[in-house]
Amino acid sequence: MTTEQTNNWIPACRIEDAVENGGVCVKHGEEQIALFYFTRRNEWYATQNECPHRKQMAISRGMIGTTDDEPKVACPFHKKTFSLSTGECLSGDECALKTYPVKIENGTVYIGLNQ
Amino acid sequence: MVGYKFCEKIIAKSDQFKLIIFGEEPRRAYDRVHLSEYFNQKTADELSLSTESWYEEQGITLYLNDPVKEIDLSNKTVHSHHHITVNYDYLVIATGSSAFVPDIPGIEKDGVFVYRTIEDLEMIKGYAASAKNGAVMGGGLLGLEAAKALIDLGIKETHIIEFAPRLMPRQIDSAGSEILRSRLQAMGLHTHLNKSTACIAGDHQINALKFNDDTELPVDMLVISAGIRPRDELARLCGLEVSSRGGIIVNEKMETSDPHVFAIGECALFNQTIYGLIAPGYEMAEIVAANLCGSDKLFTGFDMSTKLKLIGIDVASFGDNFITEPDCRSIIFEDTHKGIYKRINISNDGQYLLGGILIGDAAAYNMLLQTTSNRIILPPNPEDLILGQRGSDTAGSAGITTLPDSALICSCEGITKGTICNAVTEEGCETVDAIKKCTKAGTGCGGCVPMMKDLMVYALKSTGKYVRNVICEHFNYSRQELYDLIHIHELKSYDEVLDTLGKNDGCEICKPLVSSLLASLWNEMILKKGNDTAQDSNDRFLANIQKGGSYSVVPRIPGGEITPEKLIVIGQVAKKYNLYTKITGGQRIDLFGAHLNDLPFIWEELIAAGFESGHAYGKGLRTVKSCVGSTWCRFGLHDSVSFAIRIEERYRGIRAPHKFKSAVSGCIRECAEAQSKDFGIIATEKGWNLYVCGNGGSKPQHAHLLASDLDSDTCISYIDRFLMFYIRTADPLTRTATWLNKMEGGIDYLRNVIVNDSLGMSAQWEAEILVLIAAYKCEWKEAIENPAIRKRFTHFVNAPDEKDPSITFVEMRGQKKTPEWT
Repeated sequence: MTTEQTNNWIPACRIEDAVENGGVCVKHGEEQIALFYFTRRNEWYATQNECPHRKQMAISRGMIGTTDDEPKVACPFHKKTFSLSTGECLSGDECALKTYPVKIENGTVYIGLNQ
Repeated sequence: MVGYKFCEKIIAKSDQFKLIIFGEEPRRAYDRVHLSEYFNQKTADELSLSTESWYEEQGITLYLNDPVKEIDLSNKTVHSHHHITVNYDYLVIATGSSAFVPDIPGIEKDGVFVYRTIEDLEMIKGYAASAKNGAVMGGGLLGLEAAKALIDLGIKETHIIEFAPRLMPRQIDSAGSEILRSRLQAMGLHTHLNKSTACIAGDHQINALKFNDDTELPVDMLVISAGIRPRDELARLCGLEVSSRGGIIVNEKMETSDPHVFAIGECALFNQTIYGLIAPGYEMAEIVAANLCGSDKLFTGFDMSTKLKLIGIDVASFGDNFITEPDCRSIIFEDTHKGIYKRINISNDGQYLLGGILIGDAAAYNMLLQTTSNRIILPPNPEDLILGQRGSDTAGSAGITTLPDSALICSCEGITKGTICNAVTEEGCETVDAIKKCTKAGTGCGGCVPMMKDLMVYALKSTGKYVRNVICEHFNYSRQELYDLIHIHELKSYDEVLDTLGKNDGCEICKPLVSSLLASLWNEMILKKGNDTAQDSNDRFLANIQKGGSYSVVPRIPGGEITPEKLIVIGQVAKKYNLYTKITGGQRIDLFGAHLNDLPFIWEELIAAGFESGHAYGKGLRTVKSCVGSTWCRFGLHDSVSFAIRIEERYRGIRAPHKFKSAVSGCIRECAEAQSKDFGIIATEKGWNLYVCGNGGSKPQHAHLLASDLDSDTCISYIDRFLMFYIRTADPLTRTATWLNKMEGGIDYLRNVIVNDSLGMSAQWEAEILVLIAAYKCEWKEAIENPAIRKRFTHFVNAPDEKDPSITFVEMRGQKKTPEWT
């Protein structure tokens, strides 16, 4: 999730603002980032909010789950699924999501953006 | 024939009798029933019932060509034409019948024949060689046989003249006659009904028939087959009791007025009836033989059911073939294309088969005759007896197995059934996801995924693999099993269900499914904490996500009825929030292009004006469409709008395996298109007809009639049961039409369950749906009043007041629309 190389941590929200077992959308300038609080697994994930399939800003509204223990999110538009850890499309498409590391400090959720 | 049969029977029973036979014809008894075959293949010898030596072997004295001329009842002797006198203990008269020849001027002319004996046939054969066209007088059973004989003899043009308004008037009805007539026409046999012959024209030999309606028909020959006349002249002569209309009167032991003399076959009159068929004749022979040998057997009349192949066409009648309403109910199937007509008459209570007529296809004759004569209780759908079981045998697979391999399943990706099945059988795909990866099917709009799943199951089965229709890797249960388990364990949230019944962390397949089950079972607010993220995205935001990421808003307009005031409110709200407006197919108004952030404000205004959620986003009741009905329409039978509103308000908000739609039409003109709905109602003179399991969509299917002429309350209780049965048993995302297609036993089974309560579940279902109805609340009202839920209707978690800047619109016809996919 987190990597040592990350140096640009942006605060996204408080833990209590995140949606349990679901996603929210974080605004960072012009960028939109989907932030997921996988409460059942006590894991946090962040990906681009735009679904690469039809370029819709919708990933944060997708349902999350697992397949063979791999955490994933399904885009609400056409149910393409993507790995939350790698961003790889699990529905057999070439397209992929950008993923970002997440860390929690003092109740605040930070997303790590590489410059 | 009957005389010969009597000999056979009495010999088999006893050797105490010495038998002496006098016969008028030069031949041993032969098969008259198949007389017409004499013309094509059979010889007289082949038609013979016995071998030449049979009579001798049995010790029977046979006098052929030597008719009895006189019976002396007091001395118990007979005298023959050749002056043979024989004493008898018992005399059996089996003289049969002769052709009835009507008294028409010119009947004696050359070229006029009867059709009765081999001699008649030989004369016809001789004369036919020089004839071009011929006619048969009489459209009964024998007449049609004779007509066939003329065709076989090479007569180019053959006519059938019938006095009655239909063919075979003793066996079939007018509609059946029409079918038979058209089939005969196709074979070159012209039929003239309602024709009464005035005279036979020609000098010495016939050249035309003149009718009473002043028409005439040129013919070279005429075969008369206008009925039979019992050969009772000997009996009449010797003083036996004979009917004035012909026939030797017999009792149930076939005894004549002299207890030593019997009469059997077509010369005998029992109970005012001549039995002109071979089977009762044989039965009479059996009665006499049995009684002479000491048994006590009685003739009680005979079923005149017949089945024959007439000129290659099956014709059958059985039981009470002519009984009509109101003494019975008739089910009639008529196929003028194939020339098939079937009619069955059933008792008014629907319990018994009384009789019927079959033309063109008499395969069911034996079974029908059995059902009639044994008074077998009819199945709930007696039409199956003549139409075969429809729906059930093929229904389980009607959707998919009957499709050709080339059928396009996924139209987004252009994937056929063959490709999908191949992915399963050849590539080893055993999950829908695997097929998606392998073939790309189902990766577009996803609408074909349920069908893919069916195809996968079907293909796996075809390879001999046992398939359990489980939900996904997290739940090793079918939807129906899970429904019952959640009910039993009284689970109320997705996490509880997953912890109790599933494993791991769930996915986008089981989450909406479980959420739908929870809603169907408990009807609690679907966005209750913990369940919100388990909802499908539309349910999660109580609105339909549209292209571009905006949402649409659909307030409920029950039955499509709306006041001007409410219309104005919709207009004002649309204007204020810059929404595109469109009338939907379900008679309501859709407001498109709403930002997620605006949804609570829009609904606040709509609810204040008296609107409520239309559940356009949910798998549940959408609309109940209606025509204007009897309140305004001059054709309307009942108030369809009021009934539609009552139904819509009863079932609003109830979650099901898939969306369902309904409609109510005020008359048979069906303006509300109720027969394309999951359940549809059409007004009749007496009440409502209820149709179920119709569908528009990609595979349109007409709804089936479930029950007729219902009063409103019965109609609603049937819908209650129907919906609960559907909710409990359908596979996920399966519309009612597909659900029915997969149901073993099809609509008959469904009707039995709903109408006849064959599962004994009706009371429970009716109680369960009342719980759901009572728990109804407008979800949007709850959502805007609950701050925790309302808080979720924002796009950015870190900038709650900002709308999604990526949403853009373009203009079209004075309104906005979304830009095309990029």
